[in-house]
Amino acid sequence: MSTPKIFKKEEWLSVVNGLRNKYKVFVPVKDGDIHLFKELKDGTKPDFAYSNTRLSPKGIVYPQSERMFECPLEEGKEGAFILKESPKEFVPQVVLGIRPCDAHGFLIVKRNFDNPQYQDPWWVQRYQATTFIGLGCNDPCPTCFCNAVGEGPFGEQGLDIIMYDVSDSYVLKPVTDKGKELLSGLGGRDANAEEIKAIDEIKASAISKMASPFSIEPLRSKTQLDLFNAPYWEDVAFACINCGTCTYLCPTCWCFDIQDETYKKYCDRIRNWDSCMFPLFTLHGSGHNPRDKKFQRVRQRFMHKLKYYVDKYGDGVQCSGCGRCVRYCPVNIDIRHVCKLMCM
Amino acid sequence: MIGYTEKIRKRARELLAEGKVDAFVGYRLGSVPLMNQPVMIKRPEDTEQLVWDSNCCLNLANYLTKRQERIGIVANGCNSRNIVIHITENQIKREQLYILGIPCEGTLDHRAILRAMGEKELISYAEQGDSFTVKANGLEKTFKKTDFLRTNCRTCQHKNPVIYDELLGELVPENTNVDPYSDVRAIENQSSEKKWEFFRNLISKCLRCYACRNACPLCYCPTCFVDESKPQWVGKSIDPTDTMTFHILRAFHCAGRCTDCGACERVCPVAIPMRQFTKKLNKDAKELFNWEPGLSLDQRPLFDFYKPEDYNDFVY
Amino acid sequence: MKNPYLPYPVRIEDIVVETEDRNLKTFKFKFLNPEDEAKFQYIPGQFAELSVPGKGEIPIGIASSPTEKGYVTFTVNKVGVVTTFLHNMKVGDIMGIRGPLGNWYPWEEMEGKNVVIIGGGFAFTTLRSSIVYMLHPDNRPKFKRIIVVYGARNPGLLLYKQELMEWEKRDDIEMHITVDATDDPNWKYNIGFVPAITEQKVKSSEDAYAIVCGPPIMIKFTQPVLEKLGFPPERIILSLENRMKCAIGMCGRCNVGDQFVCKDGPVFSLAKLRTLPPEY
Repeated sequence: MSTPKIFKKEEWLSVVNGLRNKYKVFVPVKDGDIHLFKELKDGTKPDFAYSNTRLSPKGIVYPQSERMFECPLEEGKEGAFILKESPKEFVPQVVLGIRPCDAHGFLIVKRNFDNPQYQDPWWVQRYQATTFIGLGCNDPCPTCFCNAVGEGPFGEQGLDIIMYDVSDSYVLKPVTDKGKELLSGLGGRDANAEEIKAIDEIKASAISKMASPFSIEPLRSKTQLDLFNAPYWEDVAFACINCGTCTYLCPTCWCFDIQDETYKKYCDRIRNWDSCMFPLFTLHGSGHNPRDKKFQRVRQRFMHKLKYYVDKYGDGVQCSGCGRCVRYCPVNIDIRHVCKLMCM
Repeated sequence: MIGYTEKIRKRARELLAEGKVDAFVGYRLGSVPLMNQPVMIKRPEDTEQLVWDSNCCLNLANYLTKRQERIGIVANGCNSRNIVIHITENQIKREQLYILGIPCEGTLDHRAILRAMGEKELISYAEQGDSFTVKANGLEKTFKKTDFLRTNCRTCQHKNPVIYDELLGELVPENTNVDPYSDVRAIENQSSEKKWEFFRNLISKCLRCYACRNACPLCYCPTCFVDESKPQWVGKSIDPTDTMTFHILRAFHCAGRCTDCGACERVCPVAIPMRQFTKKLNKDAKELFNWEPGLSLDQRPLFDFYKPEDYNDFVY
Repeated sequence: MKNPYLPYPVRIEDIVVETEDRNLKTFKFKFLNPEDEAKFQYIPGQFAELSVPGKGEIPIGIASSPTEKGYVTFTVNKVGVVTTFLHNMKVGDIMGIRGPLGNWYPWEEMEGKNVVIIGGGFAFTTLRSSIVYMLHPDNRPKFKRIIVVYGARNPGLLLYKQELMEWEKRDDIEMHITVDATDDPNWKYNIGFVPAITEQKVKSSEDAYAIVCGPPIMIKFTQPVLEKLGFPPERIILSLENRMKCAIGMCGRCNVGDQFVCKDGPVFSLAKLRTLPPEY
């Protein structure tokens, strides 16, 4: 791998704007009280001193609403009633300043959308067109637990380049060939040994600020039925209001719905994010609903994230420890607490 | 608000032990600062979990819908009004409830506190009388509660519970000289285009997570209109027309029933000021029909009855 | 990149009303593009998504057998938005089919064995596919005895009545057709619930597999009968239903435990189901 490059923070914005020639660039931007990833345009002020965006950047590869197919619904019109793919362009894009937990989230989601039997053409092509430049966390949030379920605040999973905030500069280190290629066109000078050593100190300091990771090993050894029939689900679920906040903010949740919408005599088949928290999620046409009680849906979410995914793919939990659900669940249902209950 | 916690724990324990209620609904301390979690306690020994502080912002009446047990519950002003509405609208029976009334001095605006702490994530919260202390990594500040009340609490005119089986504290003086609708008036006076732009901006971040609807005690329809499929009224994507339809129609379904408890605003994950949808309708109910919902069990809901002297200048 | 959500365009060639209450119709589809039929290679037990543009999609078991060339058939129950619209469509209308999807009955394991097929009501569709497949001259020698128990609430609600009568006359398959009750004096076949008839007519589980498809209540009461006969859970085969959308194991809604009914199923052995949370 080539040497890391260093850029002064004052020159960073113009370096980043230079990327716009070849890529659509997404950066974290303050919008009212919250941060969101938005496209870098003239006048956009990125804020790399942010902790994390309110919504995870999964929407950059997997939009909340996306048109899949369309066709005319009028007899006699060409192609009537025969759905065809809506035309799309998968332009090269860069997600700049993504946190390691969110990048790890993409790898987790990839298992769902890109597997040997089926590939989701839109997710896969948009993901392949995206380069991820991650920003390690010098100041991890108290609610983050990426060290328990991932590689910690400087993990490189899912990243093409990792960026270190070193006082007045950024040091960029390539992780993949894609990252190496992008970095080679950015300029900057090679980081020297002292600058690289500073990174190790920052990493150590960040990791020491985090709560010690809790173990997720017991999740592997317990059986699905044991966890499913545990006595604590009703208590865990009482406060839940079955909204979609946890699932929509989460970088590793991927469930969706397919809806046909018609306007005059034209049909669009649309894919929208959906949530296992909603009662309609599993409602049969006959009226039967395997999860019509709230606690069953709450249990499903945690079983899926912390057990079914573990069993299905044999590679850790379906959670990257970003802490959004912990911070923003309106009734404070805490996945760390549930995970500990499940591991007991 | 001091001392309520001890009183609530004691009374809840007694009510459960004496078999006067099957379950007690209250709050327990959250796992992150500024959060409390609604909880249902069934055993007297578990009542030690119960708390009451200035972060009890969610509306507990939401958890009463169609329950069959006898329930003990804590209720401040707005929560008690929603309990009245629930009883009037046949979602729970008065005989099922044992209400511990809590005269309330207001709850805190967690977003304002975070702003004052430079958006650093908090690691602890502690309150002392009419002030509170919050800590983040490397930062600690003490504030007066009155400087950080939620906007609906600032102009609240019903701090004392309107229905209760026993009162846990002295009644507090009500606000008399407040205008809860100054922000509504500012928008009312704008042009149609500006008003429409205001509402378009309001919904621009909406994720259709339905946290607002699900946190609201008024929204108890077995199938919400956005979930109907035969026929389907509203699309499920984030198309702005569908999103606007959801919010405006929901506000109209709450017209004449909303107590301005602010649960909708509290729970929105993208910080949409949700009460901007319902406040105008609350103002109309007050000014056109001299109506405030949930004040007494003897009141029928606003749209349930007609008086000849009702405002009807809009009828041609 | 192959798009697994894109349906093949098909035309409705024939519609047959199967039941007296008109809630079940069998649709025969022909692929508009011949090469699509070649791609749609299926095995009995699988299902497909019937795609009605403007309305939605529904997962329906394939009722025709791969030995029947030139068309595919599905028997659809009128239940909701899409099925009601489909029931009102006409011969000649264009729509889509996505598939074949899911796994299939364990044909390789069942070679050289006796096959007991137990069906109830309108769940019989993939069982029809299985029977036609097994009775085909190329396949019949692969299996020993074939015993079928099929019941509905009354004679009018039986599917494929003509074929049932034809199979009944054959000597390479043992048919036990039954109804819960009837006041038709000319009813020639059995009267009784499927579990009871199964107990009477199926004498042995030796070297046999049981494929059971029907409403949950029928399955609940047939299971003990089969266990009493000595069928081990590995040789009791069930086909599950669940709400589906993508039908390719991506949208996340049809899971039972860590298994997707659309991709890891819908066919599961009872042994497998017992390791999973009973959420279906």
